[in-house]
Amino acid sequence: MNEYNGEVKKMMIILSKATLENVYAAFVLANGARMEGIEAEIFFTFFGLEAIHKKKLEHLHVATVGNPAMHMPTMLGGLPGMEALATSMMKKEMEKIDMPDVHEFLDILVASGVKLWACRLAMDMFHYKKEDLYDDVNDVITVGDFYKQGSGIGTHMLFV
Amino acid sequence: MEKVIAGKNIAVNAEGYLTDFSQWDKNVALEIAKENNIELTDRHWEVINYLQTEHKNQVPLSIRKIGKSNVVDIKEFYALFPQGPLKTSTKIAGIPKPASCL
Repeated sequence: MNEYNGEVKKMMIILSKATLENVYAAFVLANGARMEGIEAEIFFTFFGLEAIHKKKLEHLHVATVGNPAMHMPTMLGGLPGMEALATSMMKKEMEKIDMPDVHEFLDILVASGVKLWACRLAMDMFHYKKEDLYDDVNDVITVGDFYKQGSGIGTHMLFV
Repeated sequence: MEKVIAGKNIAVNAEGYLTDFSQWDKNVALEIAKENNIELTDRHWEVINYLQTEHKNQVPLSIRKIGKSNVVDIKEFYALFPQGPLKTSTKIAGIPKPASCL
């Protein structure tokens, strides 16, 4: 048997937020793993579920409050319309660098072999049903199931 | 650096990508594919020809573009080149590894 050389074999990414910047971070990391021949799975929990909720995934926003990198006073960030403005600006920039929208990105991830899991506890908490979710979500599972998915040498877990 | 591929001295970089496309030929492709445990079929060749054309036209390659190429969809692309399709296919095609994260 070969000795394990420390290479990354599988990325288990936990997405707990639905702000556009976090969703994209998780998706880019998962896609980037597959492009390197590394397995990838995403566990959507709490607000992260919105990224796979059919009616919500097209309407995710950038966070303008509590985000120092926006370089905008927190009071201003809370004004009506600010999130929408920042979001539309960010979406324009993303289109320029050939970044797909959330729905298309999910399609790419699925075609690339990324597994998508919804957190059972969060599903119950938000009263979501499996039918509310993006069609290619693999299943609704528990944290324990997710850990089981990640068993094996070379698995890394990441909380976004 | 140089590496003997299919009986010829070929200039490659540290990751094994050809640095001079004029040295590429089908036998070179076959041997690099073999090193990556891939047996090239007609479908592989169609994809390789497409990648080379895009590269010649200086179009940056990404998974998203390949999915929209009408040559191959993303699922089949992964099936043809399972261990990192873009990096494996470009290596076989004798063109640089794309720097894209997407």
